[in-house]
Amino acid sequence: MNDRMPDPALLRGLTRRRISRRTMLQGMLGGVSMAAVAASLAGCSIQGSVSSQAQQKVDWNAFWAKQKPTKKLNFANWPLYIDQSHGKYPSLEAFTKKTGIAVNYQQVIQNNAPFYAAVAPELRAHEDTGYDIVVMTNGWELTEMIVNGFVMELDHSRLPNFAKYGAENVKNPPYDPKNKHSVVWQTGFTGLAYNEKLAPKPVTSFQDLLDPVFKGHIGMMNDNTELGSAGLLAIGVNPTTSTPSDWRKAAAWLKKQRPLVSGYYDQSYIDRLSNGDTWVSQAWSGDIFQAIAGGNKHLKFVIPEEGQMIWHDNMMIPMQAQNPLSALSWMNFYYTPEIAGMVEDWVNYVCPVPDAKDYILHTLKDPDVANSPLVFPDAATDKKSHDFYVFKNYDEYEEWNKVFNPVIQS
Amino acid sequence: MTAVVQTAPLGRAPLDFKEGGFRRNLKRHSTPYLLGLVGMAWLLILFVIPLISGLAVSLMSGNPQDGYTFTWNWSVYSDIFVNSDVPYVTFLIRGLVYAASATIVTIIVGFPLAYFIAFRVSRRWKNALLLLVTLSFFVSFVIRTDMWAFVLSDQGPVLTVLRDLHLASKDFHILGTAGAVIGGLAYNDLAFMVLPIYVALERIDPRLIEASADLYGNKTNTFMRTILPLTRSGIFAGVLLVFIDCAGDPVNASLLGGTHTYVIGQAIQDAYLTNQQYNVAAALSTILMIVLGIILFAYARIVGTDNIEDLV
Repeated sequence: MNDRMPDPALLRGLTRRRISRRTMLQGMLGGVSMAAVAASLAGCSIQGSVSSQAQQKVDWNAFWAKQKPTKKLNFANWPLYIDQSHGKYPSLEAFTKKTGIAVNYQQVIQNNAPFYAAVAPELRAHEDTGYDIVVMTNGWELTEMIVNGFVMELDHSRLPNFAKYGAENVKNPPYDPKNKHSVVWQTGFTGLAYNEKLAPKPVTSFQDLLDPVFKGHIGMMNDNTELGSAGLLAIGVNPTTSTPSDWRKAAAWLKKQRPLVSGYYDQSYIDRLSNGDTWVSQAWSGDIFQAIAGGNKHLKFVIPEEGQMIWHDNMMIPMQAQNPLSALSWMNFYYTPEIAGMVEDWVNYVCPVPDAKDYILHTLKDPDVANSPLVFPDAATDKKSHDFYVFKNYDEYEEWNKVFNPVIQS
Repeated sequence: MTAVVQTAPLGRAPLDFKEGGFRRNLKRHSTPYLLGLVGMAWLLILFVIPLISGLAVSLMSGNPQDGYTFTWNWSVYSDIFVNSDVPYVTFLIRGLVYAASATIVTIIVGFPLAYFIAFRVSRRWKNALLLLVTLSFFVSFVIRTDMWAFVLSDQGPVLTVLRDLHLASKDFHILGTAGAVIGGLAYNDLAFMVLPIYVALERIDPRLIEASADLYGNKTNTFMRTILPLTRSGIFAGVLLVFIDCAGDPVNASLLGGTHTYVIGQAIQDAYLTNQQYNVAAALSTILMIVLGIILFAYARIVGTDNIEDLV
């Protein structure tokens, strides 16, 4: 090595002046850019989600009266959330056949927060998002969209089927009174699920999650809305009407339970439960139905004695959408036993149209789905199901985060 | 370094005012700057600007609804350290300890591997073996890690066999422990340690090893006093690559970890994506970067070598 290279010390000595000149140049550049940065920092900010749209009052009757029908519909939904057959969507094809409206169906929503983050800048700038229908879960982002005026008010005179066929549990929800901005696409329950083969005893209530026999085999959700709501149910409080002091008690219960928990999981909880890592877990009804149908026969979904959570994924029309009338036609078309039944027989969450049960049972001949209490819940189930707390403003949401995040992050 | 010697004139050439001479001279002097321009632009755009904007965001205050405005809010730093509901300092220390442990594991595993490939394998197998070392990079990082979560799960192949052989008790877990996270980090970054050490070993002149033997050095002595010092630069580069990569990693801890393995990388991710506390996320990243900077600076001063530039 040394024979082909000069001594490093010599090299350094020879090159020193050049290096120092270069560093000085860099230093000067750096100084100038720092000064520029310091000057520009004062005007620096990240825009919030509150927009001027909230202040704009729209006369919705006039708005809907002057809309002209279009022949297009851009529908943004979650993956694997509509009936599919050979790469096509039969329910959407039926819609196109009947109305002549071509549907551009895009499975672009992976999660509420990132999707909201993606469309919010356009909505804030009063621009078209490119979607006529978006599907969002009731939660902070959905509330934000309604409060900020990012979504249209629906013309219910054009949604007669919703009034006629819609289930009681999807009408007039607390997060959107009178369904002014949204109608439900699918509903789901968050309860408990356990592995009958591995669990040393059956699970019936949240108090079982304090039993040391389950130590290291309990899965909880890392979504703090789900986790906090479970804590509230466990201490006997209805999450819908809870108060911040209840939240703190719920957090204390969850912290007491923490040493037994093996992890706080996202969607991966279902894998842990399927492969036996966890014996009991907080769970979404549709996942468990599909896991059982997929061969995991020893999984069992239970509604805890204290109650379970019910959530809704809702169709909404973003502001500046190009085809709002097409969106309303689809919503109305969906709320029929046939179409809701076609979708439900594939999706297996909770159907917003109770009459679809007969259609699935007699026309589609699929008693597994039609007779499942997880797809068509009975009145007793409805009574035990509670809605998430609706945050009135950011401060409340922050308070909730402050109370429940330390349970997950520790 | 050889490139510098070839392109840059040593010392200042006398200014030449003959026809065309000045232009040639100017061209000659500006060449290194022009060549460096791309690199400097790269550093500026992808390093300096994000660094400054990160620092700026950390000094903002506000919330996601009203937006964040720049207010020189230094208290976010003291809040993180002192009166925080969430023990961020614990996460930081935990992340650094995991990264350091994973680095040590990669050295222990990687050095013999690199030594084997460099000295014990015939020349025609070397490339194939080096390819095998990097083979795992052909699969996505997250998927690789998630597969480990499947393999090591309580009802997975490893633990089932161990339990059937009565080598593991019923309550024995792998997933959810610090060991699983450290193992995952080391597994994912092993190649970053093997390759620089291999390069350093490959460069050792075999005559030096013979010389050591001629001077009555036994195998241990030869290794400790000849080979190891000559691979210092390789280990140094490997430590930089592995430690920095591991210290901020949220993936291994979330896929392989449990309730007691929450690290700073996850805290940053949650602050940014879930809670949209941009200022807290930026402050945490800045702190992580500063702490890493201090550790690496101290490390470089203590064990750094002159010929690190041979490798990087």
